[in-house]
Amino acid sequence: MDTEITLRVDGAAHPLTVDTRTTLLDALRERLRNTSPKKGCDHGQCGACTVLLDGRRVNSCLVLAVTVGDAEVTTSNGLATDGQPHPLHRSFVRRDAFQCGYCTPGQICSAAGVLEEARAGWPSAVTADLTAAVELTDTEIRERMSGNLCRCAAYAHIVPAVADVAAAEGVRR
Amino acid sequence: MTTIDRVLGAGIERIDGPAKVRGSAPYAFEQDPGEPITHLALVQSTINRGRITRLDPSAAEATPGVLAVLTPANAPRLSGELTADLPVLQSLDVHYQGQVVAAVVAETSEIARAAVGGVRVEYAAEEPDVTLRADRPDLYAPAQVMAGFATDSVIGDVDGALSTAAVTVDATYETPAQHNNPIEMHTSMARWDGDSLTLWDANQGPHTIQRDLMTAFGLTAGQVRVISPYVGGGFGSKAFAHPHQILAAMAARVVGRTVVLELTRQQMFSLVGHRTPTIQRVRLGADSEGRLTAISHEVVEHTARIAEFAEQTATATRVMYAAPHRRTTHRLARLDVPPPTIMRAPGETPGMFALESAMDELAHTLGIDPVELRIRNEPPRDPERDVPWSSRSLVECLRTGAERFGWAGRDLRPGVRTDGRWLVGTGVAAATYPSRRRKADCRISVDGRGRYLVEIDGSDIGTGTWTALTQIAADALHVGLGEVELRIGDSRLPFAGGAGGSTGLASWGSAVVLTARQLRARLESLGGQPPPDGLTVDGGVPGPSPHAEQYSMHSFGAHFVEVRVDADTGEVRVPRATSVYAAGTIANATTARSQFLGGFCMGLSMALHEESLQDEHFGHFVNHDLAGYHIATNADVGEIDISWLDEEDPWVNELGLKGIGEIGIVGAAAAVANGYWHATGRRIRDLPLTPDKFFR
Repeated sequence: MDTEITLRVDGAAHPLTVDTRTTLLDALRERLRNTSPKKGCDHGQCGACTVLLDGRRVNSCLVLAVTVGDAEVTTSNGLATDGQPHPLHRSFVRRDAFQCGYCTPGQICSAAGVLEEARAGWPSAVTADLTAAVELTDTEIRERMSGNLCRCAAYAHIVPAVADVAAAEGVRR
Repeated sequence: MTTIDRVLGAGIERIDGPAKVRGSAPYAFEQDPGEPITHLALVQSTINRGRITRLDPSAAEATPGVLAVLTPANAPRLSGELTADLPVLQSLDVHYQGQVVAAVVAETSEIARAAVGGVRVEYAAEEPDVTLRADRPDLYAPAQVMAGFATDSVIGDVDGALSTAAVTVDATYETPAQHNNPIEMHTSMARWDGDSLTLWDANQGPHTIQRDLMTAFGLTAGQVRVISPYVGGGFGSKAFAHPHQILAAMAARVVGRTVVLELTRQQMFSLVGHRTPTIQRVRLGADSEGRLTAISHEVVEHTARIAEFAEQTATATRVMYAAPHRRTTHRLARLDVPPPTIMRAPGETPGMFALESAMDELAHTLGIDPVELRIRNEPPRDPERDVPWSSRSLVECLRTGAERFGWAGRDLRPGVRTDGRWLVGTGVAAATYPSRRRKADCRISVDGRGRYLVEIDGSDIGTGTWTALTQIAADALHVGLGEVELRIGDSRLPFAGGAGGSTGLASWGSAVVLTARQLRARLESLGGQPPPDGLTVDGGVPGPSPHAEQYSMHSFGAHFVEVRVDADTGEVRVPRATSVYAAGTIANATTARSQFLGGFCMGLSMALHEESLQDEHFGHFVNHDLAGYHIATNADVGEIDISWLDEEDPWVNELGLKGIGEIGIVGAAAAVANGYWHATGRRIRDLPLTPDKFFR
């Protein structure tokens, strides 16, 4: 069954027709041809499709497009402002935090979500003090970024890439 | 060498980096075919062995939006020269579970996938035979093993030497089937224009895929173009053509539209190959000082009934250590499994798990430090080919690694160190990988303004080719990086072999260097200035290094790890590791570090997690997704210290570059298993080191 929806993606509204079975990921990649989010498993197991939905990270392959409503979808490409790369874009390149690059836009959206979660004081499974301000230590970054698989295994470079931005944004000493 | 080092070796940031981080670098499906795209979904066999008795596509065909259902009854006929699993939809016979038995083309992916359920298939099933055992009576010796290696090698009297050795080790090691699982799923998008086919495809070498498509459809090279500028990993599974490339082209021909086939993650467990499981018996004999007198490495592995793929598992044992009496063998069982394929360092990876575990066992038996044991058995020449090394720096890797890791003073005793609940140990293992050069053609043009265009069908599957090959070209042309434009990843470009076997940069880089020399000579003859309408030169390398017969060419490395095992849960952690490599010239310090790191971490992943479990009765890979088939995540990886030695090798190729795509994974799992033993006193000889094995 087809349905008319309007997706707000990276600051622009896109009216489009989707099958009610269409995931947000497929709406982006196949209908809008916005291929910044990647498909790596289609089952919420790899994280390559991670986007921000009203600022929170989600696996877009697990979200049906018809449920998105007015929420703002942000892809890695959309994190750039006025044509300038996001600090995470710069730090991932500088730290060589990827090889093939296919999981990378998802890693970067996830990292943007992690920074916001830390600012909001959300603890993770490795947070010792659940009431204190969150500091993004290496251990915290490893834990919080473990929903994003990287088969090239750039993990040991992803951690400092996220840490650099966390330090600049005051959620890491 | 006439090249001058200006940017070669420098840690230049990836040229393709800014596009990749934003997600704007177009991978296979993400390119523009110039017309709306239709979608292909697959119907797969639910049996391993037998024959289709009835196939009714009518419900699928009646689904609105479905354009065609391809079946063995109506699919276009392919050339009979296709082998293995490539003659897709050409017969009613079923050879492995997951074989494609029908395919649905529809206007959208949702319609195509839903319509798969409307294809009714019935089978006459036979009992599948999928279990590998070392005592199977039908094991056979293949004519040769992969990469042209001899099936067996026998020197001296191994059994005699073992019977008289002061100390022996006799142990059997097992590695499970594994799957490459690049994060970009195998994807092919096909469009026909008349009798010409364009395929936007995820692969490790467009010319390799082009060749099989030419065969399948009876086309000339000019009629098939394969385009693959960006590839989301491969690790071997994207090296060769698989059924999906042919299916996409077949379906596009039938419906007269552009068709994309994105395999699902689950389908990648049966349709794009896997690493064979292995059973390896290793016997070592040594004198009381630890000098090896005999090495025997006997390998049993599987292949598919429809294709012989013989992994060269014991070949690293032919070069690692000195011993007068030596034997390596490979035996295969033909099973009802999908065809195996290459996976990062095929052969060396499982083989060195066995050999380097056995060396650790021998060190313990002798009471000798395992680093020292390896140094005592360093061979001055290739111990089987009896030729000199082009360069070999294993001892330096071991010594440097030991120092960086803090190995000195290590207590040899296993199972005696605790930190709260954690049992703590350290382990070491060595690494090796052959260095080879393959045929590669290249074309370099300069325009009247001094801008250079370098064209070669190399691939960047994450390896850094876009950047490193541009550096090599800039140096060879004596110009700055900004004056060179590189084109790779397109079968219209001059021929080159794919990214695999750590041959990529060694081959493509050599072709670029030699072609650049020709161009510079032409320019000099013209007074140093390009003519107003430019100049083009074709060059390349014909194949292996001319010195490959005279010398034994390999890279080497050493891994040191700390392993912690939770005494209550059996959880295994690797908080820190040191790896040191000697691989000749390093083209780009930044991307090379990532190559070594990624290889090592894939070995860590192999040690801790990776295992494709096959159901003995039903025959399929049970854990066929990324929730069931675990790979290392960020939280699995601790502090990894990667470094390499300065090593000059004038014999391997024009750049002295040995190739680094595989060496990182080789031996890494053995280092972890050896550290596990040192922590716990338990020797796990069957990977992976899952928590349950601590309690058995």
